[in-house]
Amino acid sequence: MSILVIAEHDNSSLKQATLNVVAAAKAIGGDIDVLVAGENVGAIAEAAAKAEGVNKVLVADNAAYGHFLAENLGELVAEVGKGYSHILTSAGTTGKDFMPRVAALLDVAQVSDIIRVESADTFVRPIYAGNAIATVKASDSIKVITVRPTGFDPVAAEGGSASVEQLDVVKDAGLSSFVGEEKAKSDRPDLASAGVVISGGRGMQNGDNFKMLEQVADLMGAAVGASRAAVDAGFVPNDMQVGQTGKIVAPQLYVAVGISGAIQHLAGMSDSKVIVAINKDEEAPIFQVADYGLVADLFEAIPQFEEELKKVL
Amino acid sequence: MKVLVAVKRVIDYNVKVRVKPDNTGVDLANVKMAMNPFCEIAVEEAVRLKEKGVASEIVVVSIGPKACQEQIRTALALGADRGIHIETDEEVQSLEAAKLLKAVVEKEEPKLVILGKQSIDSDNNQTGQMLAALTGMGQGTFASEVVVDGEKVNVTREVDGGLMTVALNLPAVVTTDLRLNEPRYASLPNIMKAKKKPLDAMSPADLGVEIAPRLSTLKVEAPASRQAGIKVADVAELVDKLKNEAKVI
Ligand SMILES: Cc1cc2nc3c(=O)[nH]c(=O)nc-3n(C[C@H](O)[C@H](O)[C@H](O)COP(=O)(O)OP(=O)(O)OC[C@H]3O[C@@H](n4cnc5c(N)ncnc54)[C@H](O)[C@@H]3O)c2cc1C
Repeated sequence: MSILVIAEHDNSSLKQATLNVVAAAKAIGGDIDVLVAGENVGAIAEAAAKAEGVNKVLVADNAAYGHFLAENLGELVAEVGKGYSHILTSAGTTGKDFMPRVAALLDVAQVSDIIRVESADTFVRPIYAGNAIATVKASDSIKVITVRPTGFDPVAAEGGSASVEQLDVVKDAGLSSFVGEEKAKSDRPDLASAGVVISGGRGMQNGDNFKMLEQVADLMGAAVGASRAAVDAGFVPNDMQVGQTGKIVAPQLYVAVGISGAIQHLAGMSDSKVIVAINKDEEAPIFQVADYGLVADLFEAIPQFEEELKKVL
Repeated sequence: MKVLVAVKRVIDYNVKVRVKPDNTGVDLANVKMAMNPFCEIAVEEAVRLKEKGVASEIVVVSIGPKACQEQIRTALALGADRGIHIETDEEVQSLEAAKLLKAVVEKEEPKLVILGKQSIDSDNNQTGQMLAALTGMGQGTFASEVVVDGEKVNVTREVDGGLMTVALNLPAVVTTDLRLNEPRYASLPNIMKAKKKPLDAMSPADLGVEIAPRLSTLKVEAPASRQAGIKVADVAELVDKLKNEAKVI
């Protein structure tokens, strides 16, 4: 078996999710090559070559891949990937965008968002917002798979010494072009891989009040997340949404503040190791999944939480 | 321009899903079914494009058993002009759905195809992208804004780091995210009018597509359930537990 992993990165650094995907590839077994497609990605290719268990790094460095346009990446990956038994990438928004194109171009099914590998053709994935867990078997000769990073412990980032090979395949479908982007800038850890996440919901009342959570987050080295209601209301940007249709997180500690605990929210955080809920409604469903629940008004509890943390951290 | 919207009949998002005791799937007997929420957003976007004079006709298509006609009628009541029902009782997976939709695209030649980014049952997030690849179209997935501008459409997309805008040649495929719009409700007079709107039924065979699933579901289980923990009395106790019991700070 031979597995092609498509690296996730932002043209400046390799995303940790790639290491989780390599771990999924190891669970399948076989030679693992990593494709780094992007623009000016030399350093990223070097980083990928150091990851544990990687055999070879293939580099497609071209402006056509600079913004990860799915039309171009889809053609590239379908061409490079057709000699492999498995093609894997992380189920982030980039992978979700281009991977189904790869599957369609290869005329094979895609298995989305796997959390476990049973065998080379059988995988486990959540459906119905995580309310059911399906074991699916893929019959196509090439398995196209997106991996939920939280399902697999990352391989070591250092220690490997894969060879690096430049590809000169340029695929520019000419169907789409990049216009612009608004990237949320933050010095806090990445939400998807942070060890601690503190999220606010509709109970936060406005965007300004999220500063309270940010102060606590900075004390704990945490990322800040949100419920859909908080994003829809415009308190915080969309990339902070945790849930079925937002980001999936599984930190060591998840603190839900003013969040009721709808199933769509739980789908994104219920694999966290320890869950804390702060909510003034003792009937809120979030308490059914919380290890530690505090029934309190968040506007009193959060400043106290900050003070108490300062004492112990 | 003509807009094609694909809609899926799924379990209502408020229903508590239960896994069948024999682990063959989830129990759909006597549960409330509805239009997938992302498909509602797709219909709404098409209707808004028509209200702005950008779209001239909205065709809505659904794949599945006879009962899908309810969701097509809902879309017609919301403002779509006519419906296409591809009737089958078999399980249709994303790749086949994309092939069926491709056949419809070839017949109808829409300038824009709008789909939901994922259906809340299988949570696959594949069909729109597959359709775009099979028809050689560009795609604007996870859209939070769609602006048609001459022969192009600008789509602002919700991505992991924030927002990203792409320009696509028309025809193109758009898949909707939650912030694209807030769907309206159908009014009673429009529900009545929708009953008279044209609805064509056809089979996958009529479209030359064979339903041959590539994925088989071996079993479906309930997730490991989390035990509710304890209530703490105050913040001091919370911090103490986090530090000394859970050891996560
Ligand atoms: C297709 C679809 C996809 C969805 N995807 C997602 C998703 O990915 N992520 C997601 O989060 N949701 C998602 N949702 C929405 C979800 O159903 C809920 O509507 C949403 O999670 C509710 O957010 P909330 O808990 O912040 O708000 P609410 O449910 O309104 O809860 C607010 C909570 O704050 C508490 N509160 C208020 N004031 C205070 C105070 N002063 N102190 C303490 N507590 C207070 C209240 O008691 C209440 O429990 C989706 C819905 C649909 C239909």
